[in-house]
Amino acid sequence: MKMTIFAKRTTKEIIRDPLAVLFGIGFPVVLLLLLSAINRNIPNDLFNIERLTPGVAVFGLSFMSLFSAQLIAKDRASSFLTRLFTTPMIAADYILGYALPLVPIALAQGIVCYAVAFLLGMKFSLSIVVALIMLIPISFIFIGIGLLCGTVFSEKAATAICGALLTNLTAWLSGTWFDLNLVGGAFKAVAYVLPFVHAVDMGKAAAIGAYADMLPHLWWVLAYGAALVVIAVATFRRGMKIS
Amino acid sequence: MNSSIEIKQLTKQYGAKVAVDRITINIADGELFALLGMNGAGKTTLINMLSTITQPTSGDALLNGKSIVTEADQVKKFIAVSPQETAIAPNLTVRENLELMAGLYGFDKQTVKQKTDQMIQRFSLQPYEKSKSKTLSGGWKRKLSIAMALISDPKILFLDEPTLGLDVLARRELWAVIEKLKEKTTIILTTHYLEEAESLSDRICIMQDGRIKAIGTVSQLNEQAGTSKFEDTFIKLVEDGGQQ
Repeated sequence: MKMTIFAKRTTKEIIRDPLAVLFGIGFPVVLLLLLSAINRNIPNDLFNIERLTPGVAVFGLSFMSLFSAQLIAKDRASSFLTRLFTTPMIAADYILGYALPLVPIALAQGIVCYAVAFLLGMKFSLSIVVALIMLIPISFIFIGIGLLCGTVFSEKAATAICGALLTNLTAWLSGTWFDLNLVGGAFKAVAYVLPFVHAVDMGKAAAIGAYADMLPHLWWVLAYGAALVVIAVATFRRGMKIS
Repeated sequence: MNSSIEIKQLTKQYGAKVAVDRITINIADGELFALLGMNGAGKTTLINMLSTITQPTSGDALLNGKSIVTEADQVKKFIAVSPQETAIAPNLTVRENLELMAGLYGFDKQTVKQKTDQMIQRFSLQPYEKSKSKTLSGGWKRKLSIAMALISDPKILFLDEPTLGLDVLARRELWAVIEKLKEKTTIILTTHYLEEAESLSDRICIMQDGRIKAIGTVSQLNEQAGTSKFEDTFIKLVEDGGQQ
């Protein structure tokens, strides 16, 4: 109940900042349009829309980290969170109240991204719906990272980490822009220990209906998502005591 | 009169710095108790510990018989805080901020609406109830912040510098609200305005370097300092060495 009330407040805070929402949802669209234009003008099919879209949909979710980190960090800086710490809410109410409103936004971002991909020539199939649903567990990874950063760092630092560092990490280590086999070695090994490439590989498999190929990656995604949310709750609880 | 708050040897240490040093005070039910002191005296740290925001290093306090150390979840049900900085949700309207706080204390929808209406009325917030709180002036933000603290009908209310930054009229208006709360609610108030403490408080505690320098009614403190004006009393007690 308290979590729902707090989640409503989070939703209002997000949607009443339309510029951020527009940028978050619009950025993957811009990327798709740009890379498709590039693809038309180069000889090899480097940015094929069928392969590109699942990656861009995952990459776009890195904005959810920025949203969640900014929300918590702002509340911490403004004393609003200090006030809430004296109410009967518990740590899980806060974390879920911050996280859950971002899930439909993540899904909306994915829908817009795939809708634009259809306009650019991607073929619709039911497996795309599965790929969209798979964005939900993936979104928890990015939301979890944002919640952690917002809990630990100042607004400025959290924005820098989630806005610059994380988007770069996701871009380089997810296999969205290039095949990781081209680099191979330690780079590829590190990438496969992190969740980003698993999220993209799972999205690609889901989008073409190769559901069996999704499985190993799904476990990575679920494990990382659950672990990050649990760590975020624990860190937040610790922060509540220390504050 | 029963003690609403029993503070026992409450201490907060940050590394080598002792912010609050073995404070022991009893505050009666319905009492308005003011904490005075220079910056860094330990007033806000003491309030933060009593309101369960900060964990004490040692000692304890019982609020209506519940320990702030072991029963913080119980304590949170009947206390409210208006922090020093204005603590509001910037993109929510005035009404939504009030409804949020009432909802978090578990009131049903109808009660939430009723209590919100009451607060809007009491603090004359009608012209701004649909405005986003970030658009309000400093004074109105502070009024809203205090209304948010009061909406849960707390048994114990902590007001940290409630009138900081308010003009004279707004301050007097708020004093009237605080006066009305006395008896029904136990209030701990920190302030830098001596006339505020003098006018509103049943008892005043003067803190310095985390310790109690003097405690009593205005007349008791004046008597202790041998002065007739409270401002002189405060200066004399703060400038004097030694603790009570």
